[in-house]
Amino acid sequence: MSLDLPLVFAAIMGLAMLAYVVLDGYDLGVGMLMPAATPAQQNRMVNSIGPFWDANETWLVLGIGILLVAFPAAHGVVLTALYLPVVAMLIGLMLRGAAFEFRMKALGWHRELWNWLFWLGSFLASFSQGFMLGRYITGFASGFGYLLFAAVVGGGLCGGYVLLGSTWLIMRTEGELQRKAIDWARWGLAWTGLGIALVSLGTPLVAQSVREKWFDTSWFFVLMLLPAATLFASGLLWRSCARLAHDASASDRAPFMYAAIIFALAFAGLAYSLFPYVVIEKMTIWDAAAHPSALRVVFYGAVVVVPMIAGYTVFSYRVFRGKASESLYD
Amino acid sequence: MQDALYLARTQFGLNIAFHILFPSITIALAWMLVFFRIRLARTNDPIWRVSYQLWTKVFALTFGMGVVTGVLMSFQFGTNWPGYMRAVGNVAGPLLAYEVLTAFFLEATFLAVMLFGINRVPQWLHVLSTILVAIGTTLSAFWILALNSWMQTPAGHVMQDGQLIAGSWLQVIFNPSFPYRLIHMLLASGLTGAFIVTGLSAWRLLKAPADGAARSTLRTGLIVAAVLAPLQIVAGDMHGLNTLEHQPAKIAAMEAAWETRTRMPLVLFAIPNEQTRRNDYAIEIPGLASFVLKHDFDAEVRGIVAFAPDTPPVAPLFFAFRVMVGTGVAMLVAAWSGVWLTRGGAVPKRWTLWVFAAMTFVGWIATLAGWLVTEMGRQPWLVTGVLRTADAVGPVSEASLGSSLTSYILTYTLMLISYIVVLTHIAGKGTELPLEPGTARQAQPA
Repeated sequence: MSLDLPLVFAAIMGLAMLAYVVLDGYDLGVGMLMPAATPAQQNRMVNSIGPFWDANETWLVLGIGILLVAFPAAHGVVLTALYLPVVAMLIGLMLRGAAFEFRMKALGWHRELWNWLFWLGSFLASFSQGFMLGRYITGFASGFGYLLFAAVVGGGLCGGYVLLGSTWLIMRTEGELQRKAIDWARWGLAWTGLGIALVSLGTPLVAQSVREKWFDTSWFFVLMLLPAATLFASGLLWRSCARLAHDASASDRAPFMYAAIIFALAFAGLAYSLFPYVVIEKMTIWDAAAHPSALRVVFYGAVVVVPMIAGYTVFSYRVFRGKASESLYD
Repeated sequence: MQDALYLARTQFGLNIAFHILFPSITIALAWMLVFFRIRLARTNDPIWRVSYQLWTKVFALTFGMGVVTGVLMSFQFGTNWPGYMRAVGNVAGPLLAYEVLTAFFLEATFLAVMLFGINRVPQWLHVLSTILVAIGTTLSAFWILALNSWMQTPAGHVMQDGQLIAGSWLQVIFNPSFPYRLIHMLLASGLTGAFIVTGLSAWRLLKAPADGAARSTLRTGLIVAAVLAPLQIVAGDMHGLNTLEHQPAKIAAMEAAWETRTRMPLVLFAIPNEQTRRNDYAIEIPGLASFVLKHDFDAEVRGIVAFAPDTPPVAPLFFAFRVMVGTGVAMLVAAWSGVWLTRGGAVPKRWTLWVFAAMTFVGWIATLAGWLVTEMGRQPWLVTGVLRTADAVGPVSEASLGSSLTSYILTYTLMLISYIVVLTHIAGKGTELPLEPGTARQAQPA
């Protein structure tokens, strides 16, 4: 058996990161939408993500874990280059997680304080993740323009997470809150669209290898199917929101599905831009790969365990299906 | 460079010390919840229902803290010690990967079922979820202690193609110090968790002396601690002898033994002086260290100078070791007296309840002191004989390290204060279940 293990692990790492971005993305999006809701709605919003956020965050640990295990040489380079945004993200995630636990037990102004920290943590984590992505695409180049680009990606990702969060709420809530969520989703979509457009236009300008991959190729028109599909999915998402606003019996899952598809498409574009680099223009996945013996032992474990993880994740979503209620312990 | 190394170590040490506070509770508390949950399934007694519900809340809060501080650890390996993964990633990486794959998802998913699913899944599935969470926390400890022990006493690795790789995974995992360290840590968690349960139940009884559920859990905590404390002393002694065999410099520093000699005295108190390489103000018992370490008063014990220049710092190890042992003895005395005082369903006097309440977090002190001994005792090595700490540190600037360290300290302070306030609040409020003392008696664990 001669599997190209670095390639396999690059694929697993990419899928883990995509799973993280979509799954914790809706948690973080819900967190960022907190200030726009009434206290009773806030409880429902937090309860809608209560049974899931913990496992969702674990996908990040898996993604980073695979970077660390499969590409140890890149792990150090990437994380030291992103030192400060990583710290900001971690503090954001800590505040978010702590606020989640504490706000349930707090009353009065204490709960109010934790609501704000929940928002702040979600925002800080989302923005830092986008910022890191921006730095990563440009190969950690220094200069004001590059930092500005990273900040734009950070803002764009916040929009994307708001879109995921609001479409999640459309699926998981009803009545007044669901109507609000439909409005938020439209704003989120516009914001995400702007973000994707800016990033798509900006990336070829700031990263030469990306430019070559997209424009200096006879596959150009095939590649253009990707943005076309993204645009198409956005249109469907907009329409599904409009339908649900007029007709309560329309599908309440469609918006979230389309939002997830938009993320998957954007992710595919990103993967195409970066491959085969794990540190752009410096280190390919084969340069950075760990020794085959280490990759093999993790691969066998993953083959056995990942289907089990998928199985009980599906089980958990089945147990906690349906609309969120006011109290979590029902 | 020296300052950057010092800051990187301080930051990593702070993060990992803050992280270990929470798993040290949840590993054991998860199994106590299994006990509460099975009692509830068997008896359907409301006392076990309220105990289970109260303590799952405590567990969820603690577990959440453990998760968010643990996510940080997976990044810190890269941000602070890029040389670590470069040098030994082929061994360390898979061990960490197995922790994520076998433990993290399991815990996180079934914790949700355990917390929010009691009315959504059949009873057997809920009991099973509680057990799976406990298995997850223990598996997590298994993998991380396998890695930690491998760093202390590496085994099973070979050099191939210029890289360090695992020759035998069984030897890597079951390296010489692993069984001792794992048992020592699991017992430490048991004691930490038992004192959390005891202390918070005592706190509740100070406010509501008639709370039957708090009486049951007080006694459960005390019994668990009373059984585990002597076991821990035996396990600690065996772990010490294992360390003497594989890391003698660490033992010499713990005992503040500078020179190699026979009839090595046990130093009860001293201020170890790194400059003069001797102990100031020492109070010693002649020959006792030789007896403790070699079980022979006349045996020769090697001192620090025998291992120069690769020696750990003496004073921190010497003091931390004494704090750990002293705290352990205090836990033993408190647990045994507590079991005696609560015999036959008696409620202890208020001042004894105050003592237990004050000892709620005593396990943290012993655990942190123990970790300080074992990790500083490994210095100057990151992986004994393989990789020096100074060679693994990253190129991050002192300014970045300093500012992030400050941010971490602020965040941790906020989290720790909130955690303790919320925990005592949950426990103090109790379960608000009116119970006659009689029902409490029947539901007590034997």
